[in-house]
Amino acid sequence: MSMSGGAPSDTVSALDAAAPRPRWQVILIRPETMTFVLLVLAIVVSSLLSPYFLDLTYILASFTLYAEFSLVALVLTMVIIAGEIDLSAASNMALSACLCAWTFRAGLPLPLALLVGVGAGILMGALNGLLVIGLQLPSIIVTIGTLTLYRGLAQIIAGDQSIRLPDYFIGINTWLVAGIPVPVLLFVVLSAVLGFLLSETIWGRQIYQIGTSVIAAQHSGIRAKRIKFALLVAMGFASSIAGLITASRLGSVRYDLGLGGELQMVLMAMLGGTYIFGGRGSILGTFLAAWLLAVISTGMTTANLLPATQLCVLGVLLIVSIIATNLIYSRTQR
Amino acid sequence: MLKKSLLAGLALGLTMVSSALAADPLKIVYIGKNTGNPYFDSITGGFKDACAKLGCEFQFVAPATAEATSQIPIIEAQIQRGVNVIAIAPNSPDAMNQVLDKAREKKILVLAVNGDLVGNEGHRDANILPVDFTKTGPNQVELMGSLIGYKGDIAILSATTEAPDQNTWIAAMKDTLAKDPKYKDMKLVATVYGDDQPEKSTTEMEALLSNYPNLVGVIAPTTVGVAAAAQVVQQRKLADKVHVTGLGLPSEMRDFIKDGTVKAFQLWSPYNEGWLASYFADGVIKGTIKNEVGQKFDVPNLGSVTIGPKNVMNTQAELTKFDASNIDKFNF
Amino acid sequence: MNALGSVFLRREAGIAVMIVLFCLAVGMIRPRFLTLDELRIILLLTPLILIGAMGQMLVILSRHVDLSIGSTQGFAAMATAMMFKFHPEIPWYLGFGVAIGVGIGLGFVNGALITLFRLPAIIVTLGTLNLYRGLTFIISDAKQIDRQFVPAALKGMSTTSPIFDIPWIIFMALGTALMTHWFANHSRIGRQVFALGSNPAAAPLRGIRVNAVTLMVFMISGALAGLSGIMYASRWGFVNPSNTGFGFEFQVIAAVVIGGVSINGGVGSVLGVTLGVLLLGCVSAALPLLGIPGAAQNAIYGAVILIALLIDRSVRQRGIAALALRRVAA
Repeated sequence: MSMSGGAPSDTVSALDAAAPRPRWQVILIRPETMTFVLLVLAIVVSSLLSPYFLDLTYILASFTLYAEFSLVALVLTMVIIAGEIDLSAASNMALSACLCAWTFRAGLPLPLALLVGVGAGILMGALNGLLVIGLQLPSIIVTIGTLTLYRGLAQIIAGDQSIRLPDYFIGINTWLVAGIPVPVLLFVVLSAVLGFLLSETIWGRQIYQIGTSVIAAQHSGIRAKRIKFALLVAMGFASSIAGLITASRLGSVRYDLGLGGELQMVLMAMLGGTYIFGGRGSILGTFLAAWLLAVISTGMTTANLLPATQLCVLGVLLIVSIIATNLIYSRTQR
Repeated sequence: MLKKSLLAGLALGLTMVSSALAADPLKIVYIGKNTGNPYFDSITGGFKDACAKLGCEFQFVAPATAEATSQIPIIEAQIQRGVNVIAIAPNSPDAMNQVLDKAREKKILVLAVNGDLVGNEGHRDANILPVDFTKTGPNQVELMGSLIGYKGDIAILSATTEAPDQNTWIAAMKDTLAKDPKYKDMKLVATVYGDDQPEKSTTEMEALLSNYPNLVGVIAPTTVGVAAAAQVVQQRKLADKVHVTGLGLPSEMRDFIKDGTVKAFQLWSPYNEGWLASYFADGVIKGTIKNEVGQKFDVPNLGSVTIGPKNVMNTQAELTKFDASNIDKFNF
Repeated sequence: MNALGSVFLRREAGIAVMIVLFCLAVGMIRPRFLTLDELRIILLLTPLILIGAMGQMLVILSRHVDLSIGSTQGFAAMATAMMFKFHPEIPWYLGFGVAIGVGIGLGFVNGALITLFRLPAIIVTLGTLNLYRGLTFIISDAKQIDRQFVPAALKGMSTTSPIFDIPWIIFMALGTALMTHWFANHSRIGRQVFALGSNPAAAPLRGIRVNAVTLMVFMISGALAGLSGIMYASRWGFVNPSNTGFGFEFQVIAAVVIGGVSINGGVGSVLGVTLGVLLLGCVSAALPLLGIPGAAQNAIYGAVILIALLIDRSVRQRGIAALALRRVAA
């Protein structure tokens, strides 16, 4: 192990060093592969369970039911990679949609009402950011608190009624571009953009570094706090857009819009191989996981499987995927 | 590979749909509000038995939770499966308008069973209700009155604020109390919501008892609510002072009737709804029954049924009253 | 030890003060809130959450979390209730053994997955939350167990009382809290749980068998969740596959956090958690009394959690600052 220019005979030659992992291993043995394999498996099993499943139009149309959560899950992946978490997204969706609908009903023209909704979403993200970054509270508990708070506020604003939206705004899930529903298209485009940002830009690298070790990142000059805050605000923005898309799909807004969505988003991120403690994960993984979840849910529903079975399958799937993810990460650690 | 299986699937799907329309066994699906709800077991029983007699295929599905949008993916799946009849107990009056329209475009018969799409009746073909829901409110008020001597403060413990059936009944109750001189000494002091959750219904009931010490009666037109209210009264031994009644399942209320906590309550036969719905759907699709207001048709065991305004049918005329004399005769 | 002690004292005192202030405030608007009757109502809201919170406290102390307790409660309750229904000849008190045993089993699965594969507890228990709930539906064929099948003696535990008109079920909950207090503070393994949570990396170096302690902690959490399951049958008189235990984990975690247990592990006390449960019980009972519509209740819960967090942080900051000052001075 001598570093000085000593006798070459007792130093280790470069040729004796451990061989680099074969390229095919690097490309294939990753958590995303596991997600992809599960996706293919899910499609096969669903087709076997019900002959009505394998219909591309139907699958795309069914994906629109999950597209909103998937959009937010993409941003959530980045938040988790950076070492935080945001469970308030679904409540954010509801509150943004409720504020938009309420102001619209109060007389505001729709474009302005939409701006109100989006603005509210950004503010909610900023509040999360303030509590987590500014006051240094643990993000998991803060966002559990804000998820209850935002949902409650939505309940106060909308009461228990639904607020109807104008007809020209309804049905975004039926608007097709080249045969693909608009929300699906948005999801694919956003995945491509965020995927590029995360893996190819410096900013993306910094997110990984922050997630691995905040202190190390700060010492290398990365403005960790600023980036985390920006990510939480971005979550708020994405949630409000998702909320408005859901409102368009349903035709009316209720306080319980997206109820339980936070778990689905976390599920997508986990199934895609994102490491819950930060530092690892990818947009590609979450992208595949969103499809996986949609296919499984649609497949089981098409086969008229009762919720009982669906719950068991989801539970087992989550556990299996996390075991596989961990195994892969630990094996590829050198 | 995807394309091939895609085409195969499409072909298969098309043959399925077309063969179903070519008078193969009728496919009926009933979508309940949620699973684990004993009430829907009865209705399903009616569907199953009727379909056994009629030769149609029946399936029951329900979402895990009763929130407004939880039935949408299920309806989409049923459309994809090419069923002929979708019967549904709706979780929301309007959240499913779009998807139900889509079903009807595909010539699927849409029936609302046990609840209606209030204000959105145009999105369903017909509605099967156990009784005339406009009479439920007055019936309950009358029962309450007979228990308390027609005077005193009463309260209503309801389910969720959005449920269209609850709101219909409550509105009718308020109307009856205000307009009918027989109830002039009865005063409605509060309406609270237990969300069909036992815990919440219990806390709301406790709050009622605390906030209104002069309360003599509680009407709970929800099976979860009436059971919770009865339990509170039983625990605090207030059966002589506060009378609980409402719409309850005999199986859940039997203990309370037997120990005197509850003197009487009302309901109908959910089984008959499934029975009627199956016969009606079968008749409409085969052409033997016309789905028009005023039409009459016969159903085994139920006699003659008339299609009322807005295409609503009832399985029985009045509510059934359950009390100590008949509580043991029922097994649901 | 002294500085730490004063931090603790401040925390529990803080919650106690919050409770007193809250009750006084509500009492001014509704004097009926301050009656013994109302106390009884509040107490009756809490036993299930208190029992679950004891288990969750141990889990969080060791720097994990158990999201599956609601589904465990449901499954254990259903298994026990089904035994009552289909084998009514079995004495009812054996149901406790069944419920706790089932809970231990489910907790063991959680613990095994976490220790064997070194998986994050939050994800594993998220998975078992779904899995156990699904299993509950399957064993019960999605049907609820009605009131007449639950033994009257069991239901009586929530109504009859040995003393002061306080039902047995409350004493069970208090007994559980006392046992947890003894276990956490006065037994070697209990102290190891604290040590494990405050510094998991150093724990093995101190001779703590990390895997064994983690496994045990989850089994205890499962056991207590199972106990809360049979208590559910006692309190409500029936067991329903979708409702029993649904959302339980969030109520419990809220109570535990409000009670001063740090999410990072290593800090917390039974007294604090009990007070946290009590505070939430008071809030739950007060809201319908004040006529606040169900709509606003969630918002208030969220606010309460956030406020508790802020208080917790400021107390810990000051406590840690005081510690630092002492060290500098000394």
